[in-house]
Amino acid sequence: MIIYGTALLAACHLLGLFLGDLLGSLIGVKSNVGGVGIAMLLLIFARLYLHKRGLLPQETEQGVAFWGAMYIPVVVAMAATQNVVAALRGGPVAVLGALGAVLVCGCVIALLNRGGSQQAWQPEAETPQDPLA
Amino acid sequence: MQMLEKVLAHNGLVTAFLLVGIITWLSARLSRRLTLGRVHGSAIAILIGLGLAYYGGVLTGKQNGLADISLFSGIGLMGGAMLRDFAIVATAFEVQVTEARKAGLIGACSLLLGTVLPFIVGASIAHAFGYRDVVSMTTIGAGAITYIVGPVTGAALGASSDVMALSIATGLLKAIMVMVGTPFAAGFLGLNNPRSAMVFGGLAGTVSGVSAGLAATDRRLVPYGALVATFHTGLGCLLGPSALYLATKAIMA
Repeated sequence: MIIYGTALLAACHLLGLFLGDLLGSLIGVKSNVGGVGIAMLLLIFARLYLHKRGLLPQETEQGVAFWGAMYIPVVVAMAATQNVVAALRGGPVAVLGALGAVLVCGCVIALLNRGGSQQAWQPEAETPQDPLA
Repeated sequence: MQMLEKVLAHNGLVTAFLLVGIITWLSARLSRRLTLGRVHGSAIAILIGLGLAYYGGVLTGKQNGLADISLFSGIGLMGGAMLRDFAIVATAFEVQVTEARKAGLIGACSLLLGTVLPFIVGASIAHAFGYRDVVSMTTIGAGAITYIVGPVTGAALGASSDVMALSIATGLLKAIMVMVGTPFAAGFLGLNNPRSAMVFGGLAGTVSGVSAGLAATDRRLVPYGALVATFHTGLGCLLGPSALYLATKAIMA
């Protein structure tokens, strides 16, 4: 049943966010600490556990995969709800602060990634599954 | 016409699915026709989204971009935190555990760097533009981490509302720059494997910027970057009003 997959995803999502809130209040922060990350880890472990026991038929997997594939459309919708006007109205301090932060971090990313010896992935193949194909 | 508008407005989420579908189709065509596929369709779709958000903001004078136009209120639900997080968690299904584990340590290091470096840049620029008090410098510096860390830090320290607005604007601009710039800078950043995506997630900050930037570069990298980036706001909210504030105070004294 497809709904089993979606329900599994929902359970991990809710439990992860709950644990993130709990972690936040434990260390005295007014925010969720890594809730989504915890939920992702829960889902990874759940998949490994269920897969080993053969409790993960393809239909169940589809209930998760659909939402994973909906990811880019959701991001497009998210972009359409950003407060772009306020961001552009911030003036030179906001522009320079943001630009400086992006440039400095970009250089550090490039530096760290040159240091690694991991192989590059092949460019993404144009498959019919591509959401934009 | 009025009847059609009523149907669209009453089925907000479904209208949003249709709208995003049209945007995606349009950007796929633009990507192929205008740029010969060189600029990823998702990147163009995100740009169109941001453009629509600007249009919505100008039209209504409110804060939620296109979602403030009642006809398109469903886009707020579709692009809101709930469905965004739900979809991000779902991408974890494709994570290869060994890859993620190999990059765990460097991911954590980049997370710390990604919190401290933007803060230093933001606080220095605030100082250069005449925001000399420690609270304002800390708040604007925190905004350069993410647009949530800024106001959380500012509220904790009692910053003035114009400084808060400035810090949110800094964070928003950073997120937008990451969204738009990542696919173009992917080669320079070496963004082509899970390890590099995790480094990127830690340093570039903001779940929205990282996830959109990676989605527009190579969607298989999204879960690795998001896995790290999700701790960004939490770490920033933890360090901003405490360690970073005290450090700034010590330096300025």
